[in-house]
Amino acid sequence: MEFFDFNLPSYSWQTVLGSAISGVFLGSIYALVALGLTLIYGVLHIINFAHGALLMLAMYAVFYLWQGLGMDPYLAMVIVVPGGFIFGYLLQRGVIGKASHGRDEITLLVTLGLSIIIENAALFFFSATERSVRVPYDLDGFDLGVTFVVYPELAALGGSLVITFLLWLFMTNTDTGKAIRAVAKQRQGARLVGINVEHIFAVSFGIGVACVAAAASLLVPTYPVHPQIGYLFVLIAFTVVVLGGMGSFVGALVGGFLIGIFEQLGRLYMGESLGVITISVIFILVLLFRPSGLFGKPAG
Amino acid sequence: MNSRGQLLGLCVLMAMLAIVPLFVTSGRWIEFLELTLFVAVLGQGWNVLAGYGGQYSFGHAVFFGTGAYLQALLQFKFGWSPWVTLWFAMSGTMLVATGIGYLSFRYGLRGSYFALITLAFAEAFHVLARSLDSITEGGRGVQLNLNQDPARAIAEFQFNFSGPFLKAYGFYYTIFIILLVTYTLTWLMANSRFGAQLVAVRENEEAAMALGIDTFRVKMKAICLSALITSSAGVYYVQKFLFIEPGIAYGPAKSVEALFAPIIGGLGTIVGPLLGSFFIHGVGEGAKEVIVHFVGDRPGVDLIFFAIILILVLAYLPRGLYGLLEMLWMRLRDKYHA
Repeated sequence: MEFFDFNLPSYSWQTVLGSAISGVFLGSIYALVALGLTLIYGVLHIINFAHGALLMLAMYAVFYLWQGLGMDPYLAMVIVVPGGFIFGYLLQRGVIGKASHGRDEITLLVTLGLSIIIENAALFFFSATERSVRVPYDLDGFDLGVTFVVYPELAALGGSLVITFLLWLFMTNTDTGKAIRAVAKQRQGARLVGINVEHIFAVSFGIGVACVAAAASLLVPTYPVHPQIGYLFVLIAFTVVVLGGMGSFVGALVGGFLIGIFEQLGRLYMGESLGVITISVIFILVLLFRPSGLFGKPAG
Repeated sequence: MNSRGQLLGLCVLMAMLAIVPLFVTSGRWIEFLELTLFVAVLGQGWNVLAGYGGQYSFGHAVFFGTGAYLQALLQFKFGWSPWVTLWFAMSGTMLVATGIGYLSFRYGLRGSYFALITLAFAEAFHVLARSLDSITEGGRGVQLNLNQDPARAIAEFQFNFSGPFLKAYGFYYTIFIILLVTYTLTWLMANSRFGAQLVAVRENEEAAMALGIDTFRVKMKAICLSALITSSAGVYYVQKFLFIEPGIAYGPAKSVEALFAPIIGGLGTIVGPLLGSFFIHGVGEGAKEVIVHFVGDRPGVDLIFFAIILILVLAYLPRGLYGLLEMLWMRLRDKYHA
């Protein structure tokens, strides 16, 4: 690759469109991972560094359910989603809440520590070998003319839309959802009206982890699992959350699609290796110029 | 926080480290000490910015990596002497720090947001180092020539083929001198007007501003000093291993290593990073022995222990091992002098 060659290659509109469409599908995966992260941030105001590691753990769970019990990865959701909720609830209640003394930077460090523990424990128990789930339909799909779409990609796109909708429904229509929003808005006020804030924190964290477990099910048919895959996603998920506006579900969805499209176009025009720099650049620019993101309220 | 007591402790530690070769002759233990001091320098770089200034960077690898890459590339491409390149490596890294600091602090990023943007910068440099083949040699990394002429060992800043003393202890004393200089710098900083202003920014930025402190300027100075210290670790790394590649330089491992030692040893204390580095590497080596004995050699096991210690310290020892030692010392003193 020539660095000093600033003439962008020119592609036909079909290639560009195809790239953008595959960006949308890639973006739906990013959105899936980011949804749980944005929920956790919106309520607890903590940036969960362990989010990627938890995704990786859930992907291994799906993999072993498939390998051991022959369970379809999508069906595995009925186990990993409740499992993720319980694990997340206990993690927040037992470790993160206790160790962080309510300070943002400390929480970030605690979740960083957790991610290191989970990642290296995975390396220890599962080894660095890439493992992938083979389902009979993983290469089936349909031709859009400009690009080919496989069914698992379509499932991820559908999944991200459905989960966003379900989260919105839950937050607006259930008592727990209302309590979560109350805690997010006014921690002390919520405590005064009798909401158990620590419980709500842990519930929100649990839901966040349940989301990431659902994402894992939808991801496994297209992504091989290895212990470091979490780190790959965590940076992207942060970018999506910051771009969409921390705490906003619609923001996570739109942010995910945008990042997916930018990444694919970046790869097309700047090459496979340099192309991914679009993500870091967007991340830096948003943090500097619009830290509240597209859909977030400016911090007051 | 008695800075005289800290200085005394530090001097004793330094004196002990200076005479170590009188007692330690095993190559394996020298390697262990080299690694420990290397991480202690890396940690002091992070400690200046986070411990004293309250700005938690999650991408300190950007300073380590830039120092290392400049040190390696200027030798590799232009054949400059390592004694010349090291000045360029350190000042180049400070320039990068000025850029990152200017953007982050001018736009008022604090707390988690500062942590995130430093992470993003490290990742951006990681991608650049991997992709700009014509400048950085890409993913292959930069491999420097091994000097095999003992007469040129000092001129080439390589001790692999040199007299018996330098061969055994050359790199140990290199990192020891870097430690001595960087810790002295930090001590001077901590006890200067600037150091007091930096601590004021950490404790309460608004109040510091109200007192007339130019907080932007103070934070800029801190990030530059931090980058200077961290890049010296990068220079050492390249001379020792004669190799650098994007993952080692800018990957998350170095950013994480830089923060373990000061947090565990004691944030915002001068001996903290050294204490922390000794503790985690001692525990890490011990744990490795046990694990290797029972299940064989597996990578990353020591990191699990480091991270568990990190979380325990964050939960129960907010002032780290230094705080614990200080408390024990006070109790002992009260018991016998009351």
